[in-house]
Amino acid sequence: MSFISYLVNGISLGSVYAIIALGYTMVYGIAKMLNFAHGDVIMIGGYVTFMIMSTMGLSPWLGIVAAVVVCTLLGVVIEKIAYKPLRGASPLAVLITAIGVSYFLQNIALLIFGANTKSFTSVVSIPDLVLADGQLTISGETIVTIIASVIIMIAMTLFIKKTKTGRAMNAVSEDKGAAQLMGINVNKTISITFAIGSGLAAIAGILLVSSYPALTPYTGAMPGIKAFVAAVFGGIGSVPGAMIGGILLGVIENLSKAYISSQLADAIVFAVLIIVLLVKPTGILGKEIREKV
Amino acid sequence: MKKKIGMNKSTYNNMITLGIVVAAYIIIQILISTGSVSSLMEGLLVPLCVYVILAISLNLTVGILGELSLGHAGFMCVGAFASAFFSRLTEDLITATYLRFLIALIIGAVCAAIFGIIIAVPVLRLKGDYLAITTLAFGEIIKNVVNVMYVGKDSTGIHFSMKNAMDLNLKEGGDVIIKGAQGITGTPTDSNFTIGIILVLVTMIVVMNIIKSSTGRAITSIRDNRIAAESIGINITKYKVITFAISAAFAGVAGVLYSHNLSTLTATPKNFGYNMSILILVFVVLGGMGNIRGSMIAAIVLTLIPEYLRFMQDYRMLHKRKGAE
Amino acid sequence: MKRILGLILVLVMAMSVVAGCGGSGNDTETTGSSTASDKFYIGGIGPITGAAAIYGQGVKNGAQIAVDEINAAGGINGYQIEYKFEDDEHDAEKAVNAYNTLKDWGMQILMGTVTSTPCMAVSAKTAEDNMFQVTPSGSSPDVIVGDNTFQICFSDPNQGIASADYIAENALATKVAVIYDSSDVYSSGIYEKFASQAESKGIEIVAAEAFTADNKSDFSVQIQKAKDAGAELVFLPIYYTEATLILKQANSIGYKPLFFGCDGLDGILGVENFDTSLAEGVMLLTPFAADATDKLTQDFVATYKENYGEVPNQFAADAYDAIYTIKAAIEKSGATPDMSVSELGDALKGAMPEIAVVGLTGKGAEMTWAATGEVSKKPMAVTIKNGVYTAN
Repeated sequence: MSFISYLVNGISLGSVYAIIALGYTMVYGIAKMLNFAHGDVIMIGGYVTFMIMSTMGLSPWLGIVAAVVVCTLLGVVIEKIAYKPLRGASPLAVLITAIGVSYFLQNIALLIFGANTKSFTSVVSIPDLVLADGQLTISGETIVTIIASVIIMIAMTLFIKKTKTGRAMNAVSEDKGAAQLMGINVNKTISITFAIGSGLAAIAGILLVSSYPALTPYTGAMPGIKAFVAAVFGGIGSVPGAMIGGILLGVIENLSKAYISSQLADAIVFAVLIIVLLVKPTGILGKEIREKV
Repeated sequence: MKKKIGMNKSTYNNMITLGIVVAAYIIIQILISTGSVSSLMEGLLVPLCVYVILAISLNLTVGILGELSLGHAGFMCVGAFASAFFSRLTEDLITATYLRFLIALIIGAVCAAIFGIIIAVPVLRLKGDYLAITTLAFGEIIKNVVNVMYVGKDSTGIHFSMKNAMDLNLKEGGDVIIKGAQGITGTPTDSNFTIGIILVLVTMIVVMNIIKSSTGRAITSIRDNRIAAESIGINITKYKVITFAISAAFAGVAGVLYSHNLSTLTATPKNFGYNMSILILVFVVLGGMGNIRGSMIAAIVLTLIPEYLRFMQDYRMLHKRKGAE
Repeated sequence: MKRILGLILVLVMAMSVVAGCGGSGNDTETTGSSTASDKFYIGGIGPITGAAAIYGQGVKNGAQIAVDEINAAGGINGYQIEYKFEDDEHDAEKAVNAYNTLKDWGMQILMGTVTSTPCMAVSAKTAEDNMFQVTPSGSSPDVIVGDNTFQICFSDPNQGIASADYIAENALATKVAVIYDSSDVYSSGIYEKFASQAESKGIEIVAAEAFTADNKSDFSVQIQKAKDAGAELVFLPIYYTEATLILKQANSIGYKPLFFGCDGLDGILGVENFDTSLAEGVMLLTPFAADATDKLTQDFVATYKENYGEVPNQFAADAYDAIYTIKAAIEKSGATPDMSVSELGDALKGAMPEIAVVGLTGKGAEMTWAATGEVSKKPMAVTIKNGVYTAN
C-alpha cells in the first residue's frame, strides 16, 4: 500500500515537472535556447494567484486566469526585451542572458513580496480520495494535477498537429530560414511560443504551490532545473517526451527517496539521467540528429 | 621573412598577461606594506585568485575545446574536500605548512582530474545542450554525495559512513573530520595571496603553453570542425579527455586554495552548486572565449563589483544581470 | 574591447586603493587613542538576499529597533551607537567579505552572523582580531570556538538533548520519527544529539528521514514512512517553512501524530495565510513567542509591525536581545568607544560571564553566559492551541 502511495505521489510531482518541461521544450524547439527564467515565471504565477485569492480575497478562478494572463504577457515581454535582440548571437550569450533574467525575476519578487514564506491556499476544492480503509489517501491536488497535465498534453499535441499556428511552430523549429521563405512570420511564431510556454508555466506554478503550499521568491528555481532535466530526459523538443520525462523523473525521485536514501534522491535522479543519455544521447523520444559531412 | 625580436604575437601577448599579474602582485604588496589596502580588498585577494584560476581553467573547456560545461564547480568541490580532508588528517603529522599545502594541492588536483576523466566519458558521446545538462548533473551529484559523507578517524584508523556521524562508531577521542552537510571545520588556513598568485601564474603558463602546443592546435581544430579534424587523423577521444582532465585539475587547484582560505568548508548550492558553475561560465563568456587575459579581467571585475556596490544592497543582484547582457 | 577591459581593471584598482585609504583613515580614527570617537560602531552580518533571507532580515530589523531605542534613551553610558548591516547571502566567503567591509567602516563590535556556516568562517576572523562578537542565532557549537564569541540562542546539541529529555520526562511518546534537513547544520546538529539522547532515555527512533535544501517541497515519502513505522510523535528539528508543508501533507494523508519541534518552528503561526488549524497541538521548545503577554514582547512586536509590517520571528528577538546584551557588557566593563578593537574585545569578554540580561528570549528569566560563550537560559515548551502559542 505504501508503494502505491509513493507511486501516486511521484506521478503527481512528475505531472508538475511535465507541465513545466512542456514550456521548456516548446521554447527550446523553436528558439533553440534554454530559457532558464522559465522556473521563475512559475513563481510569478504563484504570487499573482496568491495576491488575487488571499490578499484581495477574490475567487480562485479569477486568480488562475489572472496568473495565466500576467505570465503570458511576461513571457512575451521577456522575449521582446531580452532575447529578441540576441537572435543570431552565440547560444552562450543567450543562455547567460536567460540566467540573468532568472536572477532579475527572483530579486524583483524579493523586493515586491519580501523574503517571508507565504502559505498558499490550494485552488483545488475536490475532496481527498480515501481508499482501502484509510490506508491510502490521494489528495484532491494530486488528482487535479494529474488530470490537468494529461489534458494539457493532449491539447498541446492537437494544437501543434492540427492548427495553422501549431504547424507554423513546427515549421519554424524544423528550419527557420525555410519557414520564413514559405511566408511564416517567424518573429510572431516565436512570440506565440513564449506566450504559450509562459501561460503553461502559470498553470504549473499554481498546481505546484497548491500541492506544496510554501511560496518564496525561490520556489521556482529548483523545479525549473528539474523540469529542464525532465525535458532533456524525454528528448528536448518533443511534447510527449516532456510528459514522459517529467513523470518518470517524479516517480524515480519519490521511489529512490523511499527505498534508497532520502538524501541521495537528487543524485540518483541525475545519475539516471546520465545513464539514459549514455544509452540514448538525445533523450527517450528525441530525434536523432544526423550529421552533415 | 620578418622577425620580431624572436617573438611571435601570441607569445608577446601572453608575456603581457603574465606581466600584468606580476605587476599587480608587486603593487598590491607595496600597498599592503604601506597599510593602504582596505580590509575588504585584503580579504578578497585569495578569492580573486580562486576565481581567476577557475575562469582560466573553464576557458580551456569552453573556449578552446568548445564544449559547454555547467559542472565546473563540482571539480572545485572535489579538490576542496579532498585537500581539506588531507590537511585536517595530517595537521599534527606534517607540521611544515608549505609541505603540507603542497601535498594537499597535488591531492586536490589529482582527485579533481580523475573526476574530469570520469566525466569526459559521457562527453565523448554527447554534444551541445545534452552535454551541458550532463555536466550540470555531475556537478549536482558531487555536491549531493559530499553532503551525506561522514568520515572520521580514531586510534583504529579511518571510518566512513553515508548515514550519520553516530554510524562511524568512533572510539573515545575520535575525530569526525567530514560531518556530512556540516562539512569540514578547522581546516588550517594555509593559503595566502602569494601562494594564490603563484598558482595563478602556473595555471596561466600551463594553459598558454597547451594552447600554443600541437595539443592545443589539435583541440582547437576539434572545436572548429570536428569532422575535418577526425578525417585528418586527430584522435578526438584522447584530446577531449586530456582537456577535461587538465581543466578539472586546475578547478581542483582553485578548490584547494578556496578550502584553505576559510576555516569552514561546506558544500552548499551557493558555493559548489550549478549557480557557481554558471558564474564561472559568465566570467569566461564576458572575458571572451579562449581569451586568457579576458577571463582573468572578467573574473576580477565581476567579483569586485558586487563587493563595492554593497551600499546598494537590495539592488545588487539586478546589476549582475546588466553585466550579463 | 581589450583596451576597455584594461581600463576597467585600472579603474577598479584605483577604486580599491581609494577605498583602502578611506578604510585606513577610519581605522586610525577608531583604534587610535588620540582622536577619541564618541560612538560605538556595531556591525551586523546575515543573509538579507537569497534563500535564507528571512532570517537575516529578521535580525537586521530586530537589532535596528534595539539600537533606535538605546540611542533615543541616551545611548550606552552616554555614547550613541552607529549600526550597519551587511549581506552575506548565507555564504561563508561572502560573510568574510562583509566582515572586512564592516571593518573598513570602523566596526568595533560584531553582532552576527545569523547562520551557522558563515558564522564559523567569520568567528575565525574575529578571533584573529580579538573582536567582541555576539551571534544572535549561529547555534552550532563550532561557532563559539574562540573565547571572544558569545551566543544568544541555544546551541544545537543542547536543543537536541532538551527535546529528548522533555519528550521522555513528559512521556509524550515511545516511538518517534524524525524528519530533518541533512543539508543544514542547524537541523542535522540537533538531530544527532537528539538521537543519542533519545536512545539513553528509552525512546525508540522508528524512522529518521532526511531531506536536502534542493529537495524540500515534497515530503510525502518521509511522512508515509513515519506513518508506516507507527510513530506516535514526529520530531521536526527544522525551520517552519518546511514544517508548514509537512503539516499540510501529513494532514492530507490523514496522519495525525504529535508534532514536536525546536526554536526553528517558532514563527509558524506568522506565515502569511497559513491555515493555523493544521498546527493545532504542535509542541515546540522555543525561547520566544510573539504572542507572549509581557510588556517587553508586546512593545517589541508592536514596534516591529509598525516599522516593517510583519510579525517578528525568533531571529528578530534574538538580535534585539543581542544588542541589549552588548549594551549590558559595555556598561559592566565601563568600556568606551575610544578603546581599540582588541581592548574592547578583552574588556567585553571579561564582562560577559558577570552579566545577566532579561530580554525577549529568556521568558522573563535572566540569561547568563559561560566564559566559553554558551548561553544559559531556560527553554520553554509551548503548545499551539486555538491558533496561539500557549505555554505548558
